[in-house]
Amino acid sequence: MGLFDRHAGTIARSRAMLVDGFHPLSVRMDRVLSPTEALIGGRHTILLGTNNYFGLTFDQSCIDAAVEATRLEGTGTTGSRIANGSYGDHLDLETEMAEFFGMKHCMVFTTGYQANLGFISSLVGEGDFLVLDADSHASIYDACKHTQATIIRFKHNDPASLEARLRRLDKEPGNKLVVVEGIYSMMGDTAPLKAFVEITKRHGGYILVDEAHSLGALGEGGRGLVEAAGVLDQVDFVVGTFSKTLGAIGGFAVSNHDDFDILRVMTRAYMFTASLPPSIVASVRAALKVVRARPDLRVRLWENVATLYDGLAALGFRLGPEHGPVVAVHMPNEQTTIGCWRALLEEGVYVNLAVPPATPSGGSLLRCSLSAAHDRAQIDKVVAAFGRVGERFGLLDRQKVAAID
Amino acid sequence: MRASHNLKIVEPMDDVATDDRLEVLEDIRGRLEPYRTDDRAIVGGTVITKDLNIDSLAVMDMVMEIEDRYDISIPLNVVSEIHTVDELTDTVLRIRGGH
Repeated sequence: MGLFDRHAGTIARSRAMLVDGFHPLSVRMDRVLSPTEALIGGRHTILLGTNNYFGLTFDQSCIDAAVEATRLEGTGTTGSRIANGSYGDHLDLETEMAEFFGMKHCMVFTTGYQANLGFISSLVGEGDFLVLDADSHASIYDACKHTQATIIRFKHNDPASLEARLRRLDKEPGNKLVVVEGIYSMMGDTAPLKAFVEITKRHGGYILVDEAHSLGALGEGGRGLVEAAGVLDQVDFVVGTFSKTLGAIGGFAVSNHDDFDILRVMTRAYMFTASLPPSIVASVRAALKVVRARPDLRVRLWENVATLYDGLAALGFRLGPEHGPVVAVHMPNEQTTIGCWRALLEEGVYVNLAVPPATPSGGSLLRCSLSAAHDRAQIDKVVAAFGRVGERFGLLDRQKVAAID
Repeated sequence: MRASHNLKIVEPMDDVATDDRLEVLEDIRGRLEPYRTDDRAIVGGTVITKDLNIDSLAVMDMVMEIEDRYDISIPLNVVSEIHTVDELTDTVLRIRGGH
């Protein structure tokens, strides 16, 4: 048996995705023109799967900061902060992120994936319990493989299910760390965080909230669900990413726990990888200023969410459970999903093709994410394109379509 | 802690244990019934993710249901070492028995 034979099933599945020599998992963007548009195969295409929630990848202040930092400090740090030392800007970014959340400490990581992988797996160890939402992101599941803690799953967004699990662990002496996300990346739904925090505290546990998809999008100040749910002062840890609303790459963890900084020498995904380059640190700092100064971007984002979600719902598509910067369109099966995805691309609309195991409960989705940078005309075009594609593939609820007509 | 690392399959010793075991086995067989691929019945020796059309995610979801049914904790670390219906049955009995 050869090294790659174990992947035979996946190879066959991947080949089945190939349509006319075109593979959905290897799209070439010939040129990205703006936060919401790219040239793909010579066609101007609306980008509806970027997670670029505020459209800051092209923000002038962020671009200028990145260019200036590169001129002043070079293109990369060429090593880890433990070995090569921290640039002043790394420390300034950490101070600003901690301040933003009203916490004492912050650690910045090179990616959001590494933040979850490294941070969560260092927080708990042998004898402890990691209690996670069943629909947690892959980075959280991968953290489970890097810790000796016992892993318990509870039903997605179900406070009673969490309560039952913590109750069963009440007599266990180990620490309990509950991990939830502000907005879930596939279905776009928010956690019942107030209930989760209350239950966790009542059972003497710690709670960590991943605000990857909710930073900027939720809360009066854009601090995510912890702010929107009024529990910012009660959660133990917030983790997140710089690669979505903040328009670059990187991850962070913030906390008020006094011994937090020891994790810098306990977290391998922090110690043994190169730190963020000056350009990224500078653009993220600039982006954080924009998030603080421009609440109108959040308003604009949610207007776009409503236009898309309500438009698709009116057409008769089955969608994720609530309005959110991620709008999930349920598909009947993988082959139809691939067909619809391809048809949308031909209509000039790029969405994310989401199939198991990346999706919850084995379903297939067309995953859309909105940006404050989308204009109304773009969203209208997207809804119209979905209508034509849904019609062609027989996915629409006929009565609803008739009612609109 | 980390009982998964020294998990022993305990043979049922008396009639009461056997009745208990049959009940849990039947419950698990029932839960797996929708994932049968052919006419072969699900038996104790059925290898869950190999002989049935069920992926590891669905197995983990089923385990959550079993946890609630028997009011026990079955850690993922333990689930990953369970292969057969018998092993799952014995794990439920062992944890429920407080071991």
